[in-house]
Amino acid sequence: MTRWGMAIDLDRCTGCEACVVACAAENNIQTVGEEQAREGRAMHWLRIERYYEGEFPNVRTRFMPVLCQQCGAAPCEPVCPVYATYRNPEGLNAMVYSRCIGTRFCANNCPYTVRVFNWFDAEFPAPLDSQLNPDVSVRPGGVMEKCTFCVQRIQAGKDEAAQEERDVADGDIRTACQQSCPTKAIAFGDLEDPDSEVSQWAESPRAFSLLGDLDTRPGVVYLSGSEWREPPE
Amino acid sequence: MTAESQPSAAVLDGQLLGRLDRRRPGLLVGSLASGALALVFLYCWGYQIANGIGVTGINRPVFWGFYIINFVFWIGISHAGTLISAILRVTNAEWRRPVTRSAEAITLFALAIGGLFPLIHLGRVAIFYYMIPYPNSRMLWPNFRSPLVWDIAAITTYIIGSALYLFLPLIPDAAVMRDRAAAGLRKRFYAVLALGWRGTTQQWHSLEWGIRILAVAIIPVAVSVHTIVSWDFAMTQTPGWKSTIFGPYFVVGAIFSGIAVLMIAMALLRRGLALGRFLTDRVFNNLGLLFVTMSLVWGYFTFAEHLTVWYSGDLFEKNVHHVLLHGDFALPFWTMVVVNLVIPVAVLSFPRGRRPLPTALVGCGVLVGMWLERFLIVVPALSTPRLAYSIGDYMPSWVELGIMIGAVGVFACLYFTFTQLLPIVSVWEMREGWRHGASGGAGDATSDAAATSGTAAAPVAGGGGA
Repeated sequence: MTRWGMAIDLDRCTGCEACVVACAAENNIQTVGEEQAREGRAMHWLRIERYYEGEFPNVRTRFMPVLCQQCGAAPCEPVCPVYATYRNPEGLNAMVYSRCIGTRFCANNCPYTVRVFNWFDAEFPAPLDSQLNPDVSVRPGGVMEKCTFCVQRIQAGKDEAAQEERDVADGDIRTACQQSCPTKAIAFGDLEDPDSEVSQWAESPRAFSLLGDLDTRPGVVYLSGSEWREPPE
Repeated sequence: MTAESQPSAAVLDGQLLGRLDRRRPGLLVGSLASGALALVFLYCWGYQIANGIGVTGINRPVFWGFYIINFVFWIGISHAGTLISAILRVTNAEWRRPVTRSAEAITLFALAIGGLFPLIHLGRVAIFYYMIPYPNSRMLWPNFRSPLVWDIAAITTYIIGSALYLFLPLIPDAAVMRDRAAAGLRKRFYAVLALGWRGTTQQWHSLEWGIRILAVAIIPVAVSVHTIVSWDFAMTQTPGWKSTIFGPYFVVGAIFSGIAVLMIAMALLRRGLALGRFLTDRVFNNLGLLFVTMSLVWGYFTFAEHLTVWYSGDLFEKNVHHVLLHGDFALPFWTMVVVNLVIPVAVLSFPRGRRPLPTALVGCGVLVGMWLERFLIVVPALSTPRLAYSIGDYMPSWVELGIMIGAVGVFACLYFTFTQLLPIVSVWEMREGWRHGASGGAGDATSDAAATSGTAAAPVAGGGGA
């Protein structure tokens, strides 16, 4: 059995946000504009949180990419009245857009606040419309969405392996954020496979889970070398 | 005084039914005003459906806003009626007789509006029925683990139960209206409502049993409804929401705000429809005592809730607690404490405070306070998420305000229509109470003397010795 997982090395992250842009391009995420973004309606599936340490001028910035943690015990799932979000057999918290009626209960119960909502129907003014990814549906207004671990790439990787009559090999499937990371801070693969890169990273003594005491059993593991583990208040 | 307050059947009929035959200019103005507000409601909702839920002020992380606040608020208001009326019936409190009908009508209409708000709140209201278990070709069920699905079951049960509970005691009165009406549409309307009532002993017997069974059955339903509404919050793991006392806390808050509406409605009905003979000072005194009791219980729950959160020292809980007590939400929080606890206790502790005008004014304050309470449950918890990066803010848009104010108009519309079509005080129950009084029973059904001489019995037990 497969459990898709990700490991993010915070010590390598420079906060360049290439992953944020790659994610938006890959997944047809609508750009809401300055005014809506100011109202707290920016729709990034992946965001870089910044935390500052120290007193000026000795300030150090820490970056933390936060995306859906694909929890093994996801708080978002049981509260959805219509099963629009559920756990699929490969460990993804899947979203069924056509089933979503927009109660937004899942987003309230997400401790990581990573779910984003389509407040209006998506608009892709030219030339954005010509770069839409044909493998990803454009979500209608009134629907919740979030990081899918690039499920369309997972599907394509499995299809390709099936055609070549072999198993999916580690590294076959790369998420958009992983692919675009200039410092190679992101690993993606099967957590059930002990030899995969992501499993190796997760074994690291630097590994921790975000808000781990909630026991949501995230599929995303963070690596950080210093004593700092949790974002300060 | 006592003689005057024990009217004959003819006087009762004349006072309670005769006014239905007349047109009152005050009511007409009220109906028009509420009708205009109802149109505002429809316009704003239509605008939102046409343009998308984004016309509201909700955002990330405050995904729930005014609609959910008003949902909880109206469901709370609905506890004015059925629950209070059922408790008074079950305990056989004589002074319930002039109160029950107006209270039960509040329940039904408040529920109808409260039940609309979760639908208004949906991102895609056109497919709201996905939440209902209905047969479909793909064999899909709703998710019974979700508190929202429990909500639907609870509110549907409550609305059906309340409608029946309002309707049953209405049958004999509808029959009287049918017999009084001239042939025509009005007569046919009452004839349908009267269900062929002829007043036989067998019919009275069935009616009495029906009411008795419903009165007992509706109490757990009413309690469960607001408990389940609280679980929309308490079942999450959101700091500020996950709380074990939310169930009873919400039930108490609901009854509290329910009584507030009842006090206002009765003061208005007493003045507007000249019902002083039936809604006596004694009724206000007893309800006032119940009111101040609920204020104290509410205050106790609030204290217990905040003390345990503060004492736990949990980092995330403390963040929410801080914005509530000392931060951005301190002003509404302490306003809530004043209007919900300080003022009611200060006013209602004294017999002079338990008269129509002061109780109605206290009721208005409590309505504001209980609305603020729901606001303070929904918004501060959501705007203070665990990860500091996502801390947010919320300001309602004109659409949300329009729907909120318009909903009051829809409620008033329904209520005005009801008082115009049917007797707002149960005529047959008043007669029955008067007969009991005449035959040496409790004897205090419509008596002012007990209240003014300060010998009123405890509110719920009042008349229990009959």
